[in-house]
Amino acid sequence: MANVLFLADFSVIKPDPGLIFWTTLIFLLVWALLGRMAFGPIQNALKKRENDIQDALDEARNAREEMAALQSKNEELLRQAQEERAKILKEAKETKEAIVKEAKEKAQDEARKIVNNAKQDIENQRLAAMTDLKNQVGVLSIEIAEKLLRRQLDDKKGQEQFVSSLVDDIKMN
Amino acid sequence: MKVDIKKFCILTLALALSGFMSPAFAQHDDHGHDDHTGHEQAEGHEEHNQNEEHGEGYDPVATVMHHIADANEFHIWKGVHIPLPVFLYAPDHGWTTGTSAMFEHGHTAVDGYVLNHGRINRVADASFPKGEVHVGHIDHKVEADEEGKEKDVYYVNYENESYKLDAPSTLDGGMMGGGITSFYDFSITKNVFTMLLAALLLIFIFNAVARGYKKNEGKAPSGIQSFFEVFFVFMRDEVTKPMIGEKHYERFQPFVMTLFFFILFCNLLGLVPFFPGSANVTGNIAVTLVLAVFTFIVVNLNGKKDYWQHIFWMPGIPGWVKIILTPVEILGLFIRPFSLMIRLFANISAGHIIILSLIGLIFLFGDNGANTGGAAAGAVVGGLFTAFMNLIELLVAALQAFVFAILSASYIGAAVEEHHHDEAHAH
Repeated sequence: MANVLFLADFSVIKPDPGLIFWTTLIFLLVWALLGRMAFGPIQNALKKRENDIQDALDEARNAREEMAALQSKNEELLRQAQEERAKILKEAKETKEAIVKEAKEKAQDEARKIVNNAKQDIENQRLAAMTDLKNQVGVLSIEIAEKLLRRQLDDKKGQEQFVSSLVDDIKMN
Repeated sequence: MKVDIKKFCILTLALALSGFMSPAFAQHDDHGHDDHTGHEQAEGHEEHNQNEEHGEGYDPVATVMHHIADANEFHIWKGVHIPLPVFLYAPDHGWTTGTSAMFEHGHTAVDGYVLNHGRINRVADASFPKGEVHVGHIDHKVEADEEGKEKDVYYVNYENESYKLDAPSTLDGGMMGGGITSFYDFSITKNVFTMLLAALLLIFIFNAVARGYKKNEGKAPSGIQSFFEVFFVFMRDEVTKPMIGEKHYERFQPFVMTLFFFILFCNLLGLVPFFPGSANVTGNIAVTLVLAVFTFIVVNLNGKKDYWQHIFWMPGIPGWVKIILTPVEILGLFIRPFSLMIRLFANISAGHIIILSLIGLIFLFGDNGANTGGAAAGAVVGGLFTAFMNLIELLVAALQAFVFAILSASYIGAAVEEHHHDEAHAH
């Protein structure tokens, strides 16, 4: 009997047409309203936001990659510049050395030329002096000869003495 | 200062306890109300003794069944009810409308309609006067019908005559003890009221959530929007997307989401032990029937060629197996929504029955008020178990909504799936 009583009172298992009608109506209403004004827009907004986030992430990654590329480019430029500088410095050094060497050679040449000229001059001077001396000796000889000739006429002994002193004089010179 | 804190603690404890016991009090008052009618119907007392297992005592089964049933009014407290609108239709009389207050808790009949334990019944007898008349008490008898099945029958007394009461029509075809009777009840019952409340709450809340998305476009979510976004995203990523597939899920997402949130809100409102909650909405087979039928319609209206081929002539298996498989598949077509209907209904009804039974321990242990110590022991034991069960029911409320949604989504997914790729791999 308890079982029968249980079933008879268990009204929730008996579908009530009124409740079916209202449930259908309310569910359709909720479905239509929420679908139109909430679930659809929310889905779209969420999708848009997720796309935006994805885009932002992609952009950030791209920017980072670009930055990295830029940096490596900069490094390359720097390296090139340094190489350039080293090359220029080396070249400058070489040029300097060449110039110095050339200058030295030129100076030596000049000095040699000057020395040679000086030697020439000295030679010339010496030759001139020799000529002058020769001339002087000639003049002196003539003067001696003149004086001798004049004394000869006076004294014989004195003449000899005089000639020997003259000869001494010449030796002195 | 010290005293104040002590006082405060005691007050808090008392409040907590009274809050804890509130369903128990409500139950007690409900029972008191029953007692009250019992005293009125002194003549019918002997019949009650014969027919009810516990005599004039507490009948736990009847009380629990009464509490999980739908009703035409909200019972708040002893003698305090919130009336609900009634729309009644009898083929031989037409429409009768009003509010359940016009029945004066069973003391007044309107057009032959009487309020019997919170539910409207009707006197089918044509000789019963139409319009408002004062009626006497309602008697309960257990009678055997033509097939020898025992049935609860109620009689209303009017001018020393007993009139048999018809329950509202139900669509079980007599299998569950109901059937088509002399009238249909299209009233805003307790369940309808709760569904309307859930619908309004959903519309209000999701309107605010959707507005949040408009307002915070390009910004982080805030407030109620971020609270419900978790649920929405969870349902999208765990249910609709994987079950229905990337290609079609957006089309069916509103339906699955509506199912989930509607069931969840009805379940949660059912767990609130006082007005406006306490209705056993999703534990009523009419509600789950409608939801399951919606799933059935959505699934089969969107069935692709592959889906129907897999039902009627499964490819890739021998012919004689197809002959066995086809009837099974056709049965499965109906068993799937049927299982949805039964699962939700049984889970939620069972939860309500367990909680009401545990509360009923107070009256069983207390000998229906005769034994205060027993009632106290029952209150402690039943109260603790009820608190525990409420936590489990909270889980069940969410879980069953989720299960209904995920299974519906998987059925939809099976209907819209295209198999070409899979078959190409299989062969």
